[in-house]
Amino acid sequence: MALLGAAAAGPALAQFRVEVTGVGLTQLPIAIAPFRGEADVPQKIAAIVQADLERSGQFRGIDPAGSPVLDETSRPDLSPWRQKNADSLAVGSVSRLADGRFDVRYRLWDVVKGQDLGGRSFVVPAIDLRLAAHHIADAIYEKLTGDKGVFSTRIAYVTKAGTRYNLWVADADGENAQSALASPEPIISPAWSASGSQLAYVSFESRKPVVYVHEIASGNRRLIANFRGSNSAPAWAPDGRSLAVTLTREGGSQIYTIAATGGEPRRLTQSGSIDTEPVYSVDGRSIYFVSDRGGSPQIYRMSGTGGEAQRVTFTGTYNISPALSPDGKWLAYISRINGAFKLQVMELATSNVQSLTETTADESPSFAPNGRLIIYATRQGGTEALMTTTLDGKIKARLPGRGGDIREPDWGPFRR
Amino acid sequence: MKKRVFLAFALAAALAGCASGVKLDDVPVEDKQGTAITGQTPGGTGTTPGGSATRVEPVDATRGAADAAGPAGVGRIVYFDYDSNVIKPEFQNVIEAHARFLRANGSRHVVIEGHTDERGGREYNLALGQRRSEAVRRALELLGVKDSQVEAVSFGKEKPAVAGGDETAFARNRRAEIAYR
Repeated sequence: MALLGAAAAGPALAQFRVEVTGVGLTQLPIAIAPFRGEADVPQKIAAIVQADLERSGQFRGIDPAGSPVLDETSRPDLSPWRQKNADSLAVGSVSRLADGRFDVRYRLWDVVKGQDLGGRSFVVPAIDLRLAAHHIADAIYEKLTGDKGVFSTRIAYVTKAGTRYNLWVADADGENAQSALASPEPIISPAWSASGSQLAYVSFESRKPVVYVHEIASGNRRLIANFRGSNSAPAWAPDGRSLAVTLTREGGSQIYTIAATGGEPRRLTQSGSIDTEPVYSVDGRSIYFVSDRGGSPQIYRMSGTGGEAQRVTFTGTYNISPALSPDGKWLAYISRINGAFKLQVMELATSNVQSLTETTADESPSFAPNGRLIIYATRQGGTEALMTTTLDGKIKARLPGRGGDIREPDWGPFRR
Repeated sequence: MKKRVFLAFALAAALAGCASGVKLDDVPVEDKQGTAITGQTPGGTGTTPGGSATRVEPVDATRGAADAAGPAGVGRIVYFDYDSNVIKPEFQNVIEAHARFLRANGSRHVVIEGHTDERGGREYNLALGQRRSEAVRRALELLGVKDSQVEAVSFGKEKPAVAGGDETAFARNRRAEIAYR
């Protein structure tokens, strides 16, 4: 079943389109009334909040049509919302302050109990109105599910349009994309630092793969791995002081660690095979990586300081691109199954594996910082697209692109 | 009155350095019986006081060194079979011609660029393409070319020679290119 959770009338419609395929069993029905004053600002706050909540898979938006004008100071009549089977109602307003910034406020009501669940105000410049909406969605999500919301976090991804490559930083819903790097040569493997202020990535601008660390607010960047051969697959250690990278300076592709400020790398793997795609566990004690030491590419785990490795994947002959959930319980990766590349998730405690998609060219999974969603790249209708999915695969959303192929997503950390 | 107090509070919080949320405790709601949200304040990054918490400074990269001329009339591309980095006999002449040129021109450098077809992951393909470029590098060095004259790198599946998702296209893309710099 395909369900279009749309919002906002008129030209804004395309902007907020969320494609949800499959319906979960325990979605919370919530109505978001249009915010008073939002017709006069460039962002439709209520629609952004609703799309955020729906994309999480844990909420079902109730059409607020026919709602009287409500804001955070209203004492709304909840009976019509009860009739619409809404369990919760969010109301609010946006108003322009004397200094040109905007005050965005909301209040959440428990429709069933008739209870005020509190509210909040966010004062932001016009450029951050979407951020205010995402903060509201986060607050509602946390209030009603107990988990931290990820709607105010950011994602990085790469587009290819013609022969131009761009590294973008966007809101977690794929909107509000800003270019961090434009290049005539490929860019791959962006990786957020734990602080959310820096991206490491592989750029081919010097006509070979080298690893940069790039501070996105300033645009300052530094080459941290530009050794003889190829330099790729950066992964931040959780403390942000070093990265694991794949280098070929001694011949084959092997994993090294290098200080975030650059310097001399230290080799972590010692094999004659391919070792690449390192990723740290959240405690930094383990590195998961891909190796073909057993004859086909499989995911292995070793100590964060290198040494002996244990094989983690045993099903199939091609398992790559490991990603760990923040709680360390889940491993997402890509498996080749009958010639198709499919997103899988393994519960590490049991080694149970579930296939999450119906697509055939999945790539580059990355967990949301609350561990509830995975973002990945795939191919849909002949073009590359970004999707999010819940860990059970039931709720998926396609993020809007900017034209051209869109790929290599990495989900940033919680904002501090 | 209450509203003015609240506004001052909001402004003070905002001026204090970020677009943090402020609880709506002071907004009068008739028959208010609910509790305010407690716990962590979802805030901006705080890195740009008073300004946007989301601004990204764009950077424009420029392409590095262009190719220089190599030996005249000699092919520059070595093609490979699926999942293979074995140099096929028909490319031995190409390798030998470049080896002769590099031995005779000891100050010249080549970069061997390994490539794969489009199937599979980007980073894993980068490693597979590296195996192809290393195979060509070793072949040149076996023919007497100095190690310092040759660098083996990979583009993985990022720079296909031809577009297309069939075996004809795949075969044209599984290659190593010999580039003089």
